[in-house]
Amino acid sequence: MTDKTIIRFEHVTKQYDQDSPVLDNVSFEIERGKFYTLLGPSGCGKTTILRLIAGFTEASKGDIFFNGDKINNVPANKRQVNTVFQDYALFPHLNVFENVAFGLRIKKMKNAEVKAKVQEALSFVNLAGYENREIREMSGGQRQRVAIARAIVNEPEVILLDEPLSALDLKLRTEMQYELRELQRRLGITFIFVTHDQEEALAMSDEIFVLNQGKIQQSGTPIDIYDEPINRFVADFIGESNIVDGKMIADYEVEFGGKRFDCVDQGFNPNEPVEIVIRPEDLEITSVERGKLRVRVDSQLFRGVHYEISSYDEDGNEWLVHSTKKATVGEEIGLYFDPEAIHVMRLGETEEEFDKRLESYHDGVSYAK
Amino acid sequence: MQNKFTRNVFFIPYALWIALFVIAPLLLILYYSFFDIEGNFSLINYRKFFTPVYLKMTLSSFWYAFLITLISLLVAYPTAYLLTKTKHKQLWLLLIIVPSWINLLLKAYAFIGIFGTYGVANSFLEVIGIGTQQILFTDFSFIFVSVYIFIPFMILPIFNALDELNPALVYAAKDLGASGWVTFHRVIFPLTIDGVKSGCQVVFIPALSLFMLTRLIAGNRVITLGTAIEQHFLVTQDWGMGSTIAVFLVIIMFLIMLVTGKRKRGV
Repeated sequence: MTDKTIIRFEHVTKQYDQDSPVLDNVSFEIERGKFYTLLGPSGCGKTTILRLIAGFTEASKGDIFFNGDKINNVPANKRQVNTVFQDYALFPHLNVFENVAFGLRIKKMKNAEVKAKVQEALSFVNLAGYENREIREMSGGQRQRVAIARAIVNEPEVILLDEPLSALDLKLRTEMQYELRELQRRLGITFIFVTHDQEEALAMSDEIFVLNQGKIQQSGTPIDIYDEPINRFVADFIGESNIVDGKMIADYEVEFGGKRFDCVDQGFNPNEPVEIVIRPEDLEITSVERGKLRVRVDSQLFRGVHYEISSYDEDGNEWLVHSTKKATVGEEIGLYFDPEAIHVMRLGETEEEFDKRLESYHDGVSYAK
Repeated sequence: MQNKFTRNVFFIPYALWIALFVIAPLLLILYYSFFDIEGNFSLINYRKFFTPVYLKMTLSSFWYAFLITLISLLVAYPTAYLLTKTKHKQLWLLLIIVPSWINLLLKAYAFIGIFGTYGVANSFLEVIGIGTQQILFTDFSFIFVSVYIFIPFMILPIFNALDELNPALVYAAKDLGASGWVTFHRVIFPLTIDGVKSGCQVVFIPALSLFMLTRLIAGNRVITLGTAIEQHFLVTQDWGMGSTIAVFLVIIMFLIMLVTGKRKRGV
């Protein structure tokens, strides 16, 4: 453990009654001053991790460390973390000022100091001048900011955010994504952000943990996770993907759709069955002769920024293409892609093995992506 | 047009009911309060009400109603709180409410049996060596039985208020460093105050005019305004004085409703 580590989970399991565990033997480290995102579908255990850090629930097995101290039995009100709740959980009987001041008043801080700190926190979230408003007079976005101010005013080492943007409309959500990211940079506090929205996760995070069924599937930077998903779940959950079965013939050579292609992956056994991922935006529509794959256009949707074209090859594999060019439904087209666009996934590989294999690439060839 | 007409038709039973059973009796009480025992029109009843006898009675009514409300609240709040935390809370709530379906008189007689000289309570005191005590016809038994009778009415609104409380608010308070007690007195209690107010209303107001229990359980040692009204109507036949006390009771109740009434609150 380095000094940078602020939170550490060691083999943490959370289980209610006899059901299958919500969190299954999870270990990870959180570094100081970074923006982390716990990403996964509902019920994957991401909120449970947050509640364990906040102290609202106890681990069934395993240890949780904060700044090197075990905090399994430290009650929520004694922990150096503050939470921004999904529905904000602002106190309806208190006005904006008193909501933000709540934590400071509990610390028995002097009135003048409370006032200064609350005003500072409110101006941080662009709510200066709203001190005397009642919570019911605030819009969704404003409540969101009050909730953030209420958390940062206590100067915690870690702020936990439980799907804080999910109740906002799309435009406001995008705006708040920028603001939150900016706020985290200015404050330098560790943010742990929970969401099921992969775009949000990719846009905001330094580091993403992708969770499914109580296990961390993969952790890494947004780019790592997007470009090199470890398995079918991650590839599917993060963005749109074309996933087809294939076979690794040798290093840098893979077979799928009945053809062999150059690729940049290595370290597999000869003829090992694998899964291939190609992102829809990496596929380029071209003439049948020039294309590496020959497909028939099945349907087409206009998505604003691009067309989403669904097509099938002769083996019946579906290929999703994002293209600014329009295609004709029923027509045969060719699909072109670079060797770097192919991402090969080994079946049932653990994150550790996966990282090790990726590491070996960087030692050898330069990796274009 | 048609719609308005049907709405008015539906309104008739309600209007009739209010007129016959609310407005008319109130006017009658007011009317009777202006006649002395001989049937002459006078204001003597109102003058009499402000004599020490009646003022003391009013004070003692308030005092007992206050004690009954306070003790009910002290028992009901923690009970309601625990109920919201149980697994089958609706069932537990039902069990607490069921006794309120039983006739008041039956319950009063049951307590006479329990608190009597040869009742269960005294047998128990005998066994643990304290010996037989006078329990019935004391302030204690009066307040105990009254609290027992009123408690479901106090629990219900508080339970509802606690049940509606967003649990995230409690987590939020803890998250911001509040201990259990601070969370209670800064978040939980202020947010359930409306339930407490309605509970206090439905206990305090009837407790002011209790009369059956004062005789059966308190043995007429406790004279409340309710008892006085009953005595004037049934014993002394001074309907005028009885009505005057009733007028004051109505005014007092109205004032209490005003003071403890729900203020408008958002969210």
